[in-house]
Amino acid sequence: MNVVELLKISLRSLTVNLMRSFLTMLGIIIGVATVIAMISIGEGTSNQVTSQIQSLGLNLITITAGTSSASTGGSGGGTLQISDSEPLTQINTVKYVAPVMQANTQVKNGANITSTSIIGTNPSYADIKSWETDIGRFFTEDEVTDKAKVVVLGSTTAENLFGKAGFDAIGSLININNIPFRVIGILQSKGSSGSMDMDDTIIAPITTVQSRFQVGNSKNAVRQILVESKSPDSIKSTIALIEYTMRQSHKLGQGEDDFKVRSQEDVLSSAESVTNTLTLFLGGIAAISLLVGGIGIMNIMLVSVTERTREIGIRKAIGAPEGTIMSQFLMESVTLAILGGVIGVLLGFGGSKFVGHLMTIQTAVSMNSVLLAVGFSGCIGIVFGVFPARKAARLDPIEALRYE
Amino acid sequence: MITFEDVDKVYASGEMKVHALKGVSLHIHEREFVSIMGPSGSGKSTLMNVIGCLDKPSSGIYTLDGINVGTASSKQLSQVRNQKIGFVFQNFNLLKRTSAIENVELPMLYGGRAKKERLEKAQYCLERVGLKDRMYHKPNELSGGQQQRVAIARALSNDPAIILADEPTGNLDSASSEEIMNIFRTLNDNGNTIVVVTHETDIAAYTQRIICFRDGRIETDRFNMERGVI
Repeated sequence: MNVVELLKISLRSLTVNLMRSFLTMLGIIIGVATVIAMISIGEGTSNQVTSQIQSLGLNLITITAGTSSASTGGSGGGTLQISDSEPLTQINTVKYVAPVMQANTQVKNGANITSTSIIGTNPSYADIKSWETDIGRFFTEDEVTDKAKVVVLGSTTAENLFGKAGFDAIGSLININNIPFRVIGILQSKGSSGSMDMDDTIIAPITTVQSRFQVGNSKNAVRQILVESKSPDSIKSTIALIEYTMRQSHKLGQGEDDFKVRSQEDVLSSAESVTNTLTLFLGGIAAISLLVGGIGIMNIMLVSVTERTREIGIRKAIGAPEGTIMSQFLMESVTLAILGGVIGVLLGFGGSKFVGHLMTIQTAVSMNSVLLAVGFSGCIGIVFGVFPARKAARLDPIEALRYE
Repeated sequence: MITFEDVDKVYASGEMKVHALKGVSLHIHEREFVSIMGPSGSGKSTLMNVIGCLDKPSSGIYTLDGINVGTASSKQLSQVRNQKIGFVFQNFNLLKRTSAIENVELPMLYGGRAKKERLEKAQYCLERVGLKDRMYHKPNELSGGQQQRVAIARALSNDPAIILADEPTGNLDSASSEEIMNIFRTLNDNGNTIVVVTHETDIAAYTQRIICFRDGRIETDRFNMERGVI
């Protein structure tokens, strides 16, 4: 009796009651579909975060105010100042330094009004972020010194203000906080990060933002200072030098830091650890739902063995050995479980594509998670199928033939 | 072919002990056509189960075609059932939702024969019982007599040493019963050993030898003279 023949017999008895077979598989289907969808969305998001972090270059170092390692935003009580960026440019492994201020504001172009954030910085910002203009140009050092009222628009903001952006946007005046600004450039699209649209922004000289907008409790406070080191190899020493320089200018001793310096690698590893925790958590849910699905299979298989007592008796009488009867019922439970797993994978795949489409992220279903899900389902089928199959195999043929 | 030497069978159900067979000694030779008769409770069903290797004797020796069944493992017993015995039951016991030819193939499937051989043999066996034109019908599309003929074809498929029929006509009308018994007779004429358990004398009348059981013992064991005349 080979596997193909066993499979045929199993499929025949499973198709006798299609509705029941489907309902039996449902536990596994839902479990696997959920896991596949969650993992692929999770992986998609983390791939995106990772690639965004990496696209900024591993040379990037971020300085923020405060001491908490998790803190990234806010003006941190103003401990980080514009003036802090000046000494950093003196470090010889540093290539660019860009202090960043940020404020939320309303922008008007005639009847078009939009709310967005305005970033105040210097021309190095474009170099550090490798963010080039699509049309027009970025502002210059001179314009920073002159507190020029010029802005560069993100592509979403440009679209909100000018419709499908064209050359006519360049040179036109827009109103920000009722102050007229001249548009000198439109940036390339960067896409979105999770739910945040990075193109919905305006960039202006930091001196202009400092004098025209209320950005924090101090006029000189900055949100962060971005530093690019000359090569990835010098990151560690650059960080050490930045810390030294910052302590000098803030007159701080060791361990009294009111700022935090982080490399992209730190950001990357903290993002990864979040994803790993999430994956572990989802794995736990998967295990529980598959366990429940497995119990469902065992339940139905036990019912099936009782219902088919007579069939088992006939098979035993005409010479089916215990092992063959056992294999037949095991094959049924494994088929149910694997089929459930496969349907679950397909559903999960479809679901993640759908959610990915809604959230505009690239979902990724890894071959590993598919194999793991299907393989695990198969194991569930074996583990929860053994007991009913043994029960079937051990039936007394005389009793079984008498069963009505 | 079949040898019983002082075979006892005792069933223990709780406190109660049922002595179903008491020191039965019996020989059935090759090519014999035997009926086993007796009222219910006489032990004939137990004898049937022991001959059919569905049950082992409690004591005594039972040999079938040279095999000592008492010492065989359950795996060996299923092999013996598969290769040496062809069962025919009162209620046919065909697999539902399975065509006649697939039912006939089943013992050969468990016997590990190849697909092509199985098909040819199954067709041949169905031909022998006159069901060549009903091969792909399912049991519920066949009459009782036809179902029993499928069961006989199934019993024949592995060329067993004996065919064991337990009240084969119990669920059939007299016309179908006659048909079935004539098939058995023809098979016997062609060399098959057949044992029929029945309580109907006119069924036993088809056989050459009639063994009567009462209270777990053989009461009479005689040759059927009338049949010799036919």
